[in-house]
Amino acid sequence: MSELTLTVMRLGFLAVLWLFVIVAVQVIRSDLFGTRVTQRGSRRTANDARPPQARQNAAAPPQQRQQPGRQRRGAPTKLVVSEGSLTGTTVALQGQTITLGRAHDSTIVLDDDYASSRHARIYPDRDGQWIVEDLGSTNGTYLDRTRLTTPTPVPLGAPIRIGKTVIELRK
Amino acid sequence: MSVVTNTTTIGAIDAPSRRNTELMLMVFAVAISVFAYANVGLALNGELPSGMLGYGLGLALLGGIGHLAVRRFAPYADPLLLPLATLLNGLGLAIIWRLDQSPRFQATENFVPAASKQLLFSAAGVALLVIVLLALKDHRILQRYTYISMLVALFLLILPMFFPAVNGAKIWIKIPGVGTIQPGEFAKIIIAVFFAGYLMVKRDALALASRRFMGLYLPRGRDLGPILMVWAFSILILVFETDLGSSLLFFGMFVVMLYVATERTSWIVFGLLMSAAGAVGVATFEPHVQQRVTAWLDPFDGWGKLAASEQMAKSLMAFGSGGTLGTGLGQGNSDLIGFAANSDFILATVGEELGLAGMMAILLVYGLIVERGVRTALAARDPFGKLLAIGLSGSFAIQVFVVAGGVMGLIPLTGMTMPFVAAGGSSVIANWALIGILLRISDTARRPAPTPAPSPDAEMTQVVRP
Repeated sequence: MSELTLTVMRLGFLAVLWLFVIVAVQVIRSDLFGTRVTQRGSRRTANDARPPQARQNAAAPPQQRQQPGRQRRGAPTKLVVSEGSLTGTTVALQGQTITLGRAHDSTIVLDDDYASSRHARIYPDRDGQWIVEDLGSTNGTYLDRTRLTTPTPVPLGAPIRIGKTVIELRK
Repeated sequence: MSVVTNTTTIGAIDAPSRRNTELMLMVFAVAISVFAYANVGLALNGELPSGMLGYGLGLALLGGIGHLAVRRFAPYADPLLLPLATLLNGLGLAIIWRLDQSPRFQATENFVPAASKQLLFSAAGVALLVIVLLALKDHRILQRYTYISMLVALFLLILPMFFPAVNGAKIWIKIPGVGTIQPGEFAKIIIAVFFAGYLMVKRDALALASRRFMGLYLPRGRDLGPILMVWAFSILILVFETDLGSSLLFFGMFVVMLYVATERTSWIVFGLLMSAAGAVGVATFEPHVQQRVTAWLDPFDGWGKLAASEQMAKSLMAFGSGGTLGTGLGQGNSDLIGFAANSDFILATVGEELGLAGMMAILLVYGLIVERGVRTALAARDPFGKLLAIGLSGSFAIQVFVVAGGVMGLIPLTGMTMPFVAAGGSSVIANWALIGILLRISDTARRPAPTPAPSPDAEMTQVVRP
């Protein structure tokens, strides 16, 4: 076998190997840019196909946003789910109303057989004090051990129980 | 909702199945492998090798069976995984056969021709891939076996401790009449199932941070339990099996999956600190590990004194003599490495005969497999599938890094095999199964979206009865 043939084969092999890599990358490229932009009408199908996590964030109501700077010292900054299937979920408190329930447009969508579609809401009053209100749920909302009948201020760290889920406000 | 400002939706184009792309790449991969085989024959003997037809047909048959199985059972699976794996397997076969032909390598003790055996193992691997695609209709079934798979993986990992050490490491089990098996390769896949199932349930709790320290969210003290357990176990592997590779692989895989599950960078920092502390700690008293570290720090110092150092030095010289474009297939001297030249040190042959250019291409092919795995994880719709895909591709990446880094002298050498390329039955079979699972997850992920589930609003609320 002549030296020349072997050199040509050697370089040819490297070229072919790299060609394979480049072709493979081209195949990936079509995958990367494989998105399309569609106009969204009143169709709900596109909305429903999204994962629930994204839906929760998007569903946070934009209204009722209070002016910032109202936060008092010692006011809670986040809401933490400490028991139930959503344990570990946190929602930042920025003056918006937080709705809880099994309905899809709730801020926290409870996956809990004992929760109603619209179970309760947590909102700040004019002084920035956070209030929890039961929205006529089947099984009731409990602050510590007492069942709520009227909108009640929530102290820091007090457990709010809804079905099997426990929620606390934290700093 | 009063005002809707965002009126466009960005969604993936309904992905075509792309099976024809896969077929084309597959033909290309087999052609490259046959080219490599012919090149070796021409360089060594000046004529086309006699086994070329059988080899080419065998590889084409394997690729074809794999492709048909994917076409039938996972029509939307990723089009790249299978051809990439086939290319690596085919190149590996060509290089193993090339080393089999070398008279110097034949002169080493315990020499057995490995190429035909490797082809047989590859066939078994592809068979396992077909079985995985056939039996595993939905990867979420694996979620049911979270804790069973933990037990099985522990069993497989502990088993080799009771068998005699081979070349200093206890990672093989010997079954009379069948040969040796490296159960760690299979444990890798099984333990990924456990980690994925476990972290899917616990990730929210593990993501809770106690306080911020230097820009990192520190996890709560009691959440350190799982990582400490896995760390302790990997240290035990290191001590009792004296195998740095498996130990690093399992701990690294857990840290990667923990990071992906919780999005907390602090886990990576903890993981790196803990593995460094563990490795350094064990290296102070374990002679086998110590030897590897010495060979890594100054391979040429131990020339003629320490076999591990000398082997390491020879590997580095092979890379060096390869240069940029290599010496050409069949024309290098990497067979001088002797023992393990076709398994742990097979990359030295790649580096010498294909040079830096070929080495980079091979590493890119590995990188592409990992990329497809990560892409599969991104596209997967269920958290278990996401974690499993990231765990499998992460372990694949760690294994490639540990072996390539070891052979090139970046980190101490560990007794692991290069997936698909190196000679070794367990490794090839297990990695084909790994590709099978990734194909299954990617098939589920890329399948056009199913119709949305009925709204839970319509369901009745259960009433608590006092």
